[in-house]
Amino acid sequence: MKREPISTGSEWTFDLIDEYDREIAKIAAEYRLDTYPNQIEVISSEQMMDAYASHGMPIGYHHWSYGKHFLSTEGNYRRGQMGLAYEIVINSNPCIAYLMEENTMMMQALVIAHASYGHNSFFKGNYLFRSWTDAESIIDYLLFARNYIAKCEQRHGVQEVEAVLDSCHALMNYGVDRYKRPAPISAEKEKLRQKEREEILQQQVNDLWRTIPTREDRRKGTEKLNFPREPQENLLYFIEKNAPLLEPWQREVVRIVRKIAQYFYPQRQTQVMNEGWATFWHYTILNTLYDRGLVTDGFMLEFLQSHANVLYQPAYDSPYYSGINPYTLGFSMMRDIRRICEEPDDEDRQWFPDIAGSDWLETLHFAMRNFKDESFILQYLSPKVIRDLKLFAVLDDDEQEHIEISAIHDEEGYSLIRQKLASQYNLGDREPNIQVVKVDRRGDRALYLQHFQHRRRPLGDATEEVMKHLHRLWGFDVHLESISAERDGGNPETFRVPASA
Amino acid sequence: MTYVIDRRLNQRHKSTVNRQRFLERYRKHVKKAVDEAVNSRSIRDIDKGEKISIPTRDVSEPVFSHGSGGEREQVHPGNREFIKGDQIPRPPGGSGGRGSQASNQGEGEDDFQFQISHDEFLNVMFDGLALPNLVKRHLAGADVFKTVRAGFSQEGNPNQINIVRSLRSAHARRIALVGKDKRRARALQAQLDELNEDEDAETARELKNQLEKAQAKVKSVPWLDTFDLKYNLHVKYPVPRSKAVMFCLMDVSGSMNQATKDMAKRFFILLYLFLKRNYDRTEVVFIRHHTSAKEVDEEEFFYSRETGGTIVSSALYKMQEVIEDRYPVDQWNIYGAQASDGDNWNDDSGTCYELMCEKIMPLVQHYSYVEITQRDHQALWAAYEQVRERFPEHFALQQIVEARDIYPVFRELFQRKEA
Repeated sequence: MKREPISTGSEWTFDLIDEYDREIAKIAAEYRLDTYPNQIEVISSEQMMDAYASHGMPIGYHHWSYGKHFLSTEGNYRRGQMGLAYEIVINSNPCIAYLMEENTMMMQALVIAHASYGHNSFFKGNYLFRSWTDAESIIDYLLFARNYIAKCEQRHGVQEVEAVLDSCHALMNYGVDRYKRPAPISAEKEKLRQKEREEILQQQVNDLWRTIPTREDRRKGTEKLNFPREPQENLLYFIEKNAPLLEPWQREVVRIVRKIAQYFYPQRQTQVMNEGWATFWHYTILNTLYDRGLVTDGFMLEFLQSHANVLYQPAYDSPYYSGINPYTLGFSMMRDIRRICEEPDDEDRQWFPDIAGSDWLETLHFAMRNFKDESFILQYLSPKVIRDLKLFAVLDDDEQEHIEISAIHDEEGYSLIRQKLASQYNLGDREPNIQVVKVDRRGDRALYLQHFQHRRRPLGDATEEVMKHLHRLWGFDVHLESISAERDGGNPETFRVPASA
Repeated sequence: MTYVIDRRLNQRHKSTVNRQRFLERYRKHVKKAVDEAVNSRSIRDIDKGEKISIPTRDVSEPVFSHGSGGEREQVHPGNREFIKGDQIPRPPGGSGGRGSQASNQGEGEDDFQFQISHDEFLNVMFDGLALPNLVKRHLAGADVFKTVRAGFSQEGNPNQINIVRSLRSAHARRIALVGKDKRRARALQAQLDELNEDEDAETARELKNQLEKAQAKVKSVPWLDTFDLKYNLHVKYPVPRSKAVMFCLMDVSGSMNQATKDMAKRFFILLYLFLKRNYDRTEVVFIRHHTSAKEVDEEEFFYSRETGGTIVSSALYKMQEVIEDRYPVDQWNIYGAQASDGDNWNDDSGTCYELMCEKIMPLVQHYSYVEITQRDHQALWAAYEQVRERFPEHFALQQIVEARDIYPVFRELFQRKEA
C-alpha cells in the first residue's frame, strides 16, 4: 500500500490538527464511539499548571488550597521532578480538551485520540457519568458557583467565606448519597430557585428546632422519634438542611461544595476504566491510522515510546513503585477483553463463557457503559491479566507478627486476587464509613456520628481536625464513635469537639 | 464536530488570586523565611526570590481517612518470589512497602516547599513599612497635570465637538418635536395619492392645504440646533510627583573599616529598594567624607579607602550644595541617609546641628542616621538627638552593632506609624 502521511515533521499547525482530527473522527465513528462535540483548546504550559491547580475545572471559585496546589505543581515542574500531563479533559458538552503548545504533532494526535474520543465517549456512555453529572450545565454551574462565592466574599469578607469552604472541603468526600440517584445540577434552575430555597430552608431548619410541642407529639405520647430516622451518610447534605446556626449564604456554599463533589464522584470511581478505555482507543486509533498509511514510521516509533511510558508499571519492590498504574491495569483488561472475544482459549471459555467468541466491539461497549472500577474488575479481570501483571495479595494484620501473602497468580488465587483487587477500588472500603446517627434535639443539640470500622481499621490522625471543621458547621457539640463490628466489648474509640474538660 | 481554539494568548496566571490567598494565609511562615533570608544573604542578591518551606502538617487539608492498624489487604504487581502462605517480617517504618502511598496522603514529614517571586519577596520584606511624609509634597503646588476624559458637556470649544453625540441628540429632538407631524404628512400624502383629483376637487384642495401646513411645521424645526451640540469634556488632574532622590552619606575616615562599610552598604541598599518601590524614578547621590566631602560613584563610595580625620559638616554642606544645584525641592522628594561610626571633630558637632536644622531638614522628606559602633556615643549622636527633638517626624536615628541588627533597625526606622 502506498503511504500518504498527513504530515512528516514533528511541528504542529492548526491545519494539521484539523486534518488529524478529521481522520481520527472517521475512525472513531467506525468503532461506534459516541461522543459529545469536541472543543480542543491549545494552551501554554503555564496555563496547563493553572488548569492543574483547579483540578481541571476551567472556572473555579477562589480558595487558598488551589494556590497551594499551584505552587507545588509549579515547584515540581521547575525543578524537573515531573512532567506535566499531556492532557486534561473536562466532562462537559462540548467536551473540552487541552493541548499543550510544546507537544509535537504526534503528541497532539495522541491526545486528540485519547481525550477527545476516548475519554469523551466514556463520559457520554458510562452509567455513573450519565446518572451523576450533567455535561450540559457543568460550566454554567461552575460559573454560578464562582460568582456566588465572590459575592459572598464581598458581602461577608474573604475570611468568613474561606472558613466555611475549609470546613466543607474537609467533608467533601462525604457529600454524596451513594445509593440514591441525584437530580443533575443545572445552573439555570439553581439561580432561579436559590433565593426561594434560602427562605424555605431557613424556615424548615427553624421548624426542626421548634420546642413548642405540637398536637401530633401529644398523640404519640412522650416517646420521641429519633432524628434522623435513619443514619445519614451524606454529611454535607445533612448539614446543609439541618445545621441550626448556618446563615442562608453559608448553606448555599455548603451546597456548592456538595454539588462539585458530586460532579467529581464518578471520576473517582472509574479511574481504571476511564484511563483504560481512553488508552485502548488511542492505541487502536493510531494503529489504524498507521495501517491506512496516514502516518509515518517515525510517528509510530515516537508514539510507541510515549505509549510505553504511560503504561510503565514498576514492580512492588521498585523504588518507583507507587501502587498499581490505572492506565496499565485498564489497558491490559480492555485489550484482554478483545482477545477473549477474538481468540478465546479453553481457560477463557471456562472463565468467561458468555463473552468468549462474541463480537468484541459490542462487548467492550457494554463493559464501558455498565460498570465502575470495582464491578468492572470483579467481572472482567482475567487469569491472563493476573499472570501478566504477576499480581499477588498481601495481608497485613496488626494482630499477627508477620505479614502474609494471601494469594498469588495461580489457579487457586485467581478469583481471590480478583475479589481483593476489586474491593481495593471500592470507595466504601477506601474511605471510612461515617454516618450521622442522632441529633439531640431536646437537649444540647449535639450531633452524634458513628464510624463503622472496616476490618478493624481505625481512623487516621487527621480525624480531630476534621471534627473541628464539622463542629464549625454544626455549631454545637459533635461526637464521633468508632465502632468495630468484629470485636465486641472494650471501649470504642470516641472523638468529641469541643473536647471534654 | 470539533472546534479548535487557540487559547495561548488568553490570560495566564489564572491562579494568581489563589496563590495570593495562600501566601496571605501563611504570611507568618513566609515572613519568617524572608526575614531570615534578608539577614543571611549577601548584599548583591538581596532582592531575589526566595524558597519558603512550611511544615506539611500546617498546610494539610484534613479529611477522614483510615489510620494504620487493623487488617488491610493490598494487591501488588510484579511478584517474583512469593507463594501463597509465605510469612514475611513486617518491614520497619510502615507496612507492606507502601512508603510512597503514605506521603500521597499528605502525612509524610517533608516540608511543603515553594518559591516566591522577587516582587513577592520585597512585598513581604517591606510589609508594614511606610515612607514617612510620602504625601507631603505630592500635591502641594503641583504644576504637572494630566488631561483625562470626563464624559460630555453642553459647553466647549468647537474643536471639541462630539459629532456622534451631537447628531444623536439632534435626532432625538427632531423626533420629539415633529414626529407626529411627519406621520400626519405621510398619511395625508397617502390619502391624496389615492384620491382621484378630478372627481373630488374640494377634498383634494382641503387635503393639500393640511399637507402643506404639516410640512411647514416639519420644516420649521431646525435640523441641528445649538442646543444639540455636545462637547467632549476633559479634566485636568494633578499628577503626583513620583521622583525621589536619595542621598547616601558615609564617613570614610580611617576609623571606618571594611566590615563597618559593608554594614552601611546593606542599610543603603535596603533603603534604595524601599524607595524604588514607592517612586517611579529613584536617583541616588553618593557623598563620602573625611575632613572634606566629595560626590563619588557607587564603586568608589563603597570600596576606596581613605584616611584622616572626620568632619561631618563637610558632607552636609556638600549635600545642600547638590540639592540646590540639581534637585529643586518642588520637583523631587529628597531622602537623606547617613552612616558613620560616630567619630567627629569635636567642635564640628555643633555646626552639624545648626546645618541640619537650618538648611537640610527643611529640604528633605526624611533623614535617617545610623551609627555603626560598639562603643559609647559621642558628640555627634548628642547633636543629632537634639535634631530629632526638633523634627520628630522627619528625623530618625538608630544604632547598629552587628550585621543582623540592620534589618530590624531598618524596620524600626520606617515602621508604619498609626496616624
